[in-house]
Amino acid sequence: MSALSWPLRARAWAWRDRLPSLGTTLSLLVVGFVVIAAIAPALLTDRSPTAIDLTSTLLPPSWQHPFGTDDAGRDLLTRVIYGSRLSLGIGIGATALAFLIATVLGFAAALSGGAVDAVITRVIEVAFAFPALLLGLLVITIRGPSLATEIIAVGIGSAPGYARMVRGQVLAVRQAGFMEAAAALGHRRLPIWRRHLFPNAMRPLVAVVTLGIGQSIVWASGLSFLGLGVPPPSPEWGALLDAGRLHITTSWWLEILPGLVIVLVALSVTALGRTLQNRLGGASR
Amino acid sequence: MNQVWRIAVKVAASVAVIVAAASVTFFAQLAVPGDRATALMNLQTGQEKLWTAQELAPLNERFGFDDPILLQYLHYLGGLFQGDLGTSYTQKRPVADVIGGQLPPSLILTVAALVVAWLLALGMTLLTVRRGRFLSGLGSAWEALTASLPHYWVGVVLLVVFAVQLRMFPIIGGTSAWGSVLPVLTLAIPLAGFLGQVTRDEFVQVLRQPFVTTARSRGMSDLGVRVRHVLRHAVLPAITLSGWALGALVSGAVITENIFGRPGIGQVLVTAVNTRDLPTVSGIVLVVAAVYVVANLLVDLAYAAIDPRLARGAR
Repeated sequence: MSALSWPLRARAWAWRDRLPSLGTTLSLLVVGFVVIAAIAPALLTDRSPTAIDLTSTLLPPSWQHPFGTDDAGRDLLTRVIYGSRLSLGIGIGATALAFLIATVLGFAAALSGGAVDAVITRVIEVAFAFPALLLGLLVITIRGPSLATEIIAVGIGSAPGYARMVRGQVLAVRQAGFMEAAAALGHRRLPIWRRHLFPNAMRPLVAVVTLGIGQSIVWASGLSFLGLGVPPPSPEWGALLDAGRLHITTSWWLEILPGLVIVLVALSVTALGRTLQNRLGGASR
Repeated sequence: MNQVWRIAVKVAASVAVIVAAASVTFFAQLAVPGDRATALMNLQTGQEKLWTAQELAPLNERFGFDDPILLQYLHYLGGLFQGDLGTSYTQKRPVADVIGGQLPPSLILTVAALVVAWLLALGMTLLTVRRGRFLSGLGSAWEALTASLPHYWVGVVLLVVFAVQLRMFPIIGGTSAWGSVLPVLTLAIPLAGFLGQVTRDEFVQVLRQPFVTTARSRGMSDLGVRVRHVLRHAVLPAITLSGWALGALVSGAVITENIFGRPGIGQVLVTAVNTRDLPTVSGIVLVVAAVYVVANLLVDLAYAAIDPRLARGAR
């Protein structure tokens, strides 16, 4: 984008505008921590997530065990740290799948127009009649619960909303002056689509992808919470919640603390997505 | 006449969406890998083996697995219009019977949550919008926070604090009024945050309108202006979203019912997914989709009633 497309500002760029706000900084810290935990969990803790210690079962949070211990005496904070890789991976995988489906459907609909567009738009509309969780549960029933199923379930559940956005985005960009200019210059259709249409249609969706990852993490742990995702010996965050439900009357930390981590991560990712959205210029919701 | 025609078109479109949704659930049942009769036999006997044609014959006969796909499809659609949702694989009785009794508690839960969420959101809006920086800030921060809380965490926190620690409510409440307080709040709190955010934005816009100044100049009290004039405009976008919210509420209800051990379709659904009882899962999904489509149709029609500009066709 050229400088001409920037909105006119009443005052010049101030150095303060470039600095992230307090909320953005905190969000970056939380996300940074989780990303490190996902890549190299051993950097953050020297305990093992599977070390069973039957002399210290169901201990409440203390200095030694900040998140307490579970019914096998495993340190809960260590398990949350080791679970980051799975939870983050599922969230990113599901969002990637959702956007792949959405991009194919959205572009196919907007570029072909006519009957194809009508059919795809109707399909998206019908998919909207199913709440995302139920669409996901249908997928799980067909495939049986597993890690791959969980990613596919969340991905398919959230694809319709993105597909509608991509279609709108492509339709809007097609009207842009630079598309007409490129066609007038005699470029062929495919290069125009690749060099002008695709990047310009997808750029505003970068922020939406970020928001989507936060949502996917929450949805996926919801499925695991119901016992329909990754099964409990796994330290995936939702599976931790599922395992903790047995002891909810005696050991609150097993539910509240992993849940709090999910909420914090989801909030931070969402906050970062909003910041991105503001910086990149508003994308349609 | 124009009015009747407009409503007829909307109703027809909704019926078409429901039929399309039924097609999705029908073909989902075909998507199970392998032979359905074999899968069913394994499920019912708890064995994993290849069955002979004679052993599978009664099942094929009963469920019509051998008929041409098109015939099965038409049979399924025809059955739906007579209230036949298929037969549960595990319970061996009509899906409509399995979910019929479980539907009322779930409906009560979602509708109660929708009402409570609206009351909470309206209360917050009326009390905090443009009431000074502190109150406004507090209100919008609260809404932003609650809108992003997952149902399972809200439910678990409420359960631990109010049922386990304070012992104000039963841990497993069943469908009693007192036992329903926490499940309803679990569903209502995130939704109230969401509705509040939307209403707040609109409320601020409307407060700047000339007719607000006019009302004030007539000597109307601040609360009077807010309730009589501003609210009517400010709730419109949130009403549109309430139809959408019903979908989110149903998803939340499935989780909430499981947290509080409350009877309803959520419990049946999770059991059915676990036992891979596809007809029951499909039946529930389809009923929910139908309720959702009908609710959105009603919202669409209600919208015209609240905003007379739309009813006259002057969009």
